Amino acid sequence: MNKLENLKQALSGKFKIENYKFIHAVGDDVLEVPKEDVPALLMHLRESGAFDFLMDVCGVDYPARERRFDVVYNLFSSKDASRLRIKAQVGEGESIGTAINAYKGADWFEREAYDMFGIIFDGHPNLRKILTHHQFVGHPLRKDYEADHQQSCTTSLPIHFLNEPGSPGDVLNDKYVPLNIGPAHTAMHGTLRVMAEMDGETIVRANCEIGYLHRCFEKMAETHPYNQVIPYTDRLNYCSAPMNNIGYCKAVERILGVEIPPKAQAMRVILAELSRIIDHTISIGTGAMDLGALTSFFYMFGLREEVYGLFEKLCGARLTVSMTRVGGMAQDAPEGWFDEVLALCKELRRGTDEMAAMVVDNKIFIQRTRGVCPVSAADAIQWGYTGPMLRASGVNLDLRKAKPYYGYDALDFDVPVGTSGDIYDRYLVRFEEMRQSIRIIEQVCKNVPGGDYTIRDKGIVLPEKKDVYGNIEGLMNHFMLIIKGLRPPVGEVYDATEAANGELGFYLVSDGSANPYRLKVRPPCFAIYQSYPTVVKGAMLADAIATIASMNLIAGELDR
Amino acid sequence: MHKNQVQGSASHEGASGTQAVDDMSRDFAFTSKLDALVAWGRKNSLWPMPYGTACCGIEFMSVMGPKYDLARFGAEVARFSPRQADLLVVAGTITEKMAPVITRIYQQMLEPKYVISMGACASSGGFYRAYHVLQGVDKVIPVDVYIPGCPPTPEAVMDGIMALQRMIATNTPRPWKDNWKNPYEQA
Repeated sequence: MNKLENLKQALSGKFKIENYKFIHAVGDDVLEVPKEDVPALLMHLRESGAFDFLMDVCGVDYPARERRFDVVYNLFSSKDASRLRIKAQVGEGESIGTAINAYKGADWFEREAYDMFGIIFDGHPNLRKILTHHQFVGHPLRKDYEADHQQSCTTSLPIHFLNEPGSPGDVLNDKYVPLNIGPAHTAMHGTLRVMAEMDGETIVRANCEIGYLHRCFEKMAETHPYNQVIPYTDRLNYCSAPMNNIGYCKAVERILGVEIPPKAQAMRVILAELSRIIDHTISIGTGAMDLGALTSFFYMFGLREEVYGLFEKLCGARLTVSMTRVGGMAQDAPEGWFDEVLALCKELRRGTDEMAAMVVDNKIFIQRTRGVCPVSAADAIQWGYTGPMLRASGVNLDLRKAKPYYGYDALDFDVPVGTSGDIYDRYLVRFEEMRQSIRIIEQVCKNVPGGDYTIRDKGIVLPEKKDVYGNIEGLMNHFMLIIKGLRPPVGEVYDATEAANGELGFYLVSDGSANPYRLKVRPPCFAIYQSYPTVVKGAMLADAIATIASMNLIAGELDR
Repeated sequence: MHKNQVQGSASHEGASGTQAVDDMSRDFAFTSKLDALVAWGRKNSLWPMPYGTACCGIEFMSVMGPKYDLARFGAEVARFSPRQADLLVVAGTITEKMAPVITRIYQQMLEPKYVISMGACASSGGFYRAYHVLQGVDKVIPVDVYIPGCPPTPEAVMDGIMALQRMIATNTPRPWKDNWKNPYEQA
C-alpha cells in the first residue's frame, strides 16, 4: 500500500485525483482513471522517472457495461522493479489519446488493441490492422465475435509503407527500388515480411508486416479451461516451450493464491534454464546461418538434440512438452534424471565454448556485426525492449535478479550486460547467458529439494491415477475437476517471467468461471520488432538481415 | 522404347568408346522401363522446400540436422526457391493471411511436384479451431502425404518421406492433383 500512497501524493495537485481509484489487488497496484487523463498521466509518470517502461497496452471487453472497453496499461520501473497498472474505460465508437508521445513502444500495442477490439487511439500516426488480414471484417476479441468464424483472404497486400509525416506514405518513390522480402524467404525467420525501399544497397525506408501466423491464442484461451490453455502456451515461443508453460502457470497460481512446492520450483528452474540454452542456440545458429555460416546450424542442432533427449525422458515429448500444471508439475522426474542433467551440463559447457570460438571469435562474423545497427539504452527502454536485446544495449535488467521468483535469489549467477547495443553485443550476451544458465542448472541439480512435485489441493490438481482407478473419492474428484474445471476467484493479475527473449507477461482476468475471461500475452519480441524499421533505416540490406536474425523473432509469440 | 533410351545411350559406337568399353557396356546394360527408372531417380533425389511457419518448422530443422540427417534419403538440398524444389514441406500453421502466399508458391513449383503436410495444423488446422487459421492446407493446395503429430517426431517425418517415396516409385496416380485449380485466381 505504501507505494500507492506515495503515488497518490506525487499525483495530487497535478491531476484531479478525486476522480481516480487507487486499488491494491492480488499483489498488483492498479489505478483507474478517466480516459481523458491517460496521455498526460503517462507522460508525467515517465518524465518524473517513476515508471520508465511501458510493458503492454491491451483492451478488455465487457459488452454488458455502459462503456464496454477497458484499456489497460502495464507500467514497470527498472529502479525498484515495481509495477503499476492503469485502466481507463472507453465506450464503443469513442476514442482515447495515444500513449506514443510518452512511450514509443505503445505503437504496435495500440494498433493491436484497435485490431482486436476496435478501440480508437487519437493521435496514433498509423492506426490500422496489424494481426488480422486486410479483408477481415470485425474485431475478433470482442465477446460477440464467434471464435471459429473464419474469413478467407484472397490476395496479399502490395508493398506499402507507414504514413510518415511529410512523406508520400504508400506512394513509392521513382528514384528508389521497392524490394519485398518474405513472408516466405530464406533470410526471414518464420513468417515475417519486410518491405524496403532501396537506394542501391542502402535501405531508405522499411516497413514490416506481421500477422501471417496469427493463431488466435488469446481467443482460444478464452474458450478453453485453464489447464487446457497450457498446450497453447507451448506454441507461443516454440523454441523454448517450457518457459511459456511456466509463465502462464505462474500467473494462474498467483490469482489462485497458491505456492508450489520446492521440488516443483526446482524442476521449473531447470526446465526454464535448459529452454533458455536451446532458445539461444537456435537464435545463434540460425543467425550465423543468415550470415552464411552453415556449420553453426549443424553444430547447434547437435547440442539441442541432447537437451531434447532429456525432455523426452521427462515427459515423452520433444518440442512441445506441456510439462507444468497449475499447482506444480504434471509428473515427477524419472529416476536419475537430475544426474543426467548434471552430466549434460559438462557437455553443454564444452559445446558453448566451442560454438563461441566458432561464431563470436570469427573474424568475418565480427566484421559483419560489430558496430552494425546499434540501439542506445534510452531508445531500447523507449521501445520496451527486454531480455538479451535490452542488456546488450547496456541496461542491467533481469527479472530473475530484479524480482526473483522460484528461489533465483538464492542462486549464484551473473547478468551479462553489453556496451554498444550492436549486433555483436547481442550474441556475446546470449553466449554468456548460456554459460550462466549452465551454472544455475548445476547449482539446482546438486541440491534438489525432496517432497512432492505438485500441491494436493483437490479443487486445483487432479488426483493421482492410482486414486482415480482405485477409490471412489479419487474418481469423483477427477470427474468433478474435469467437468467443472478449476475456478480462480474473480480478479485480475499481471505476472511476468524472464523468458529467453525477455519479459514474458501474462495479464489474466478471471470472472470466476472455468475459462479465463481474458488472457493477454505480452510477448517480448513484439515490442522489439516494432523498432525494426527505425533501426535499419540507412543501413545496408545485408545488415538488415543480420539485424533481424539477432532480434530472435519467434513468429508464434509475435503474432500469437 | 527402353532399348533406345537406356541401352542405346550406353553403346554409342565410335564417339568415345573403345572396343573394351563397348563390350563392358553391353555386359552391364540396364533392363528396365523408362518410367520405373525415372521414378527411381525422382524418389531418391527429392529437393524439399521447407515452408516452416511455426513449431513444425523447428522440428523439420531437427530432421535436417545432424542426428536425424535427412540427407540419407537423398533429400538433403533444402531449397527456399520454389523453382528449384520438387517437394513442398508445409511445416506449421497456415493462416488465412498466409493462404494466398502458399498457393502462389505451390503454383511456381515445376512439375512433377509433391506436397507433404507436416503436423496437425497444416493437415487440419489442428487444435486451432479459430477465426484466423486455415483449417488444413489442402483447402488451397493438393497434398500427397499427411504426417500426424503436434509436432510430429523426426521419425514420423521420415516415415512420411518414405511413404512419399513409395508413391513416387510406384507412380501411384493422384487424380485430385490434375483437377486442382488455384482457388484465388479470378475467372
